[in-house]
Amino acid sequence: MSEAVIQFENLTHWYGKHCAVDQVSLAVPRGSVFALLGRNGSGKSTMIRALLGLQKPTRGRSRVFGEDSMDLAPQTRGRIGYLAEGHPLFGWMKVGEAERFERSFYDSWNERMFAAVVEHFRIGRKQRGKDLSRGQRAGLALALTLASEPEVLVLDDPAMGLDPVARQDFLESIVLTTRDSGRTVFFSSHILADVERVADHVAILDQGVLRVCCPMEVFRQKVRRVVATFKEGVPAGKLPDIPGLLYAVRCADELSLVAVERSGQKEAIWALGPAAVTEEPISLDEAVIAYLGEHGVRTSLLEKIGGGQ
Amino acid sequence: MFFPRVTTGSDRPIYRQVVDQIRLAVVGGKLRPGDSLPSVRAMAEHLLVNPNTIAKAYAELMREGFVQAQQGKGVFVADRRPVLSAAERQRRLQAAVEQLAHEAAGLGFSSKQIQEALAKKLGGMAGMGETEQKP
Repeated sequence: MSEAVIQFENLTHWYGKHCAVDQVSLAVPRGSVFALLGRNGSGKSTMIRALLGLQKPTRGRSRVFGEDSMDLAPQTRGRIGYLAEGHPLFGWMKVGEAERFERSFYDSWNERMFAAVVEHFRIGRKQRGKDLSRGQRAGLALALTLASEPEVLVLDDPAMGLDPVARQDFLESIVLTTRDSGRTVFFSSHILADVERVADHVAILDQGVLRVCCPMEVFRQKVRRVVATFKEGVPAGKLPDIPGLLYAVRCADELSLVAVERSGQKEAIWALGPAAVTEEPISLDEAVIAYLGEHGVRTSLLEKIGGGQ
Repeated sequence: MFFPRVTTGSDRPIYRQVVDQIRLAVVGGKLRPGDSLPSVRAMAEHLLVNPNTIAKAYAELMREGFVQAQQGKGVFVADRRPVLSAAERQRRLQAAVEQLAHEAAGLGFSSKQIQEALAKKLGGMAGMGETEQKP
């Protein structure tokens, strides 16, 4: 495993009596495009804010380039690009002023990159932040973030509220960022089509608890549908414990399970006495919803799979 | 330049879609030995996918002998040389045929319809003949 650029170590955050992030540990390898998934309120933004040192965790810590998030040197901050949720800008600043303001924080600034992104989103230099459309605001925020050529790009739900064209522009920017193989992208998203395209690592956060953290490839391979067919109907009553089970749906003579590959799983399914058992791959959407959905049988057996992080 | 088409939300991961389409293009004669393929980066940027996904697809195609990389020149369709033993290739073909036959019969297609669909998928039998290998 290559060097970790971002690390969370038992990060825990309480808002009053609500535990938003519960002992999350994970590592983001250098050069990866790492997607953080979870429902609204699952703790993704809290993790990202803690990572940037914007919010002190209740317990645990996070690090960027090995430095504690609460104690990042200005030089280290200069190597991080952060795009906050909703693309906040100073509305009164003109685009040119926003560039001058932002670049003053960095040692180097890629003017061509800034100009290219701004033009791409058809933003005029004299426009003020408050007069931009939502997509343009996102474009300006992106231009301001990319122009410092950050080694780590942290994006909090970058596609939120964007039209399909602006979303595609964002994807392009992520793919272009990975041109330099030392660059790392850590982003949260609800748009699984985007995640499937660009992410090579995936983590799933459910009510503050990390349920999955592994390479995308491993996730796609290990989470699949297992269909058990019964000659005389699916046995009635509660299902026995099946290792790795995420949810189960019964129809007349078929028991359809979405499950993470685990030892002992096949034996547990065959013990139900089916006539046949088949396995089939499922889409990323189905796999993620199996973790986050509320339907079917859910078990508490699900530790994070694979990855060894 | 040949670019596969990828869709998201499918049961098949993107790298698998890329592998399958290039294989099919080679077997169907759309791609000939010596034809050049886009670089990993060019394909990743064209399809808007992670470059590692394309690298993985090319690695698999190389292992199977469908493509070869030439240092500094890029990726090319290889002269097909069987990488697997004849018996293993036969076994895999049988397994694939088995699955196709069962799925299609289960959907209620006649044997003629299945044959026609297969021939169409392979881009006509003429193209196939030209890249045929002795088992």
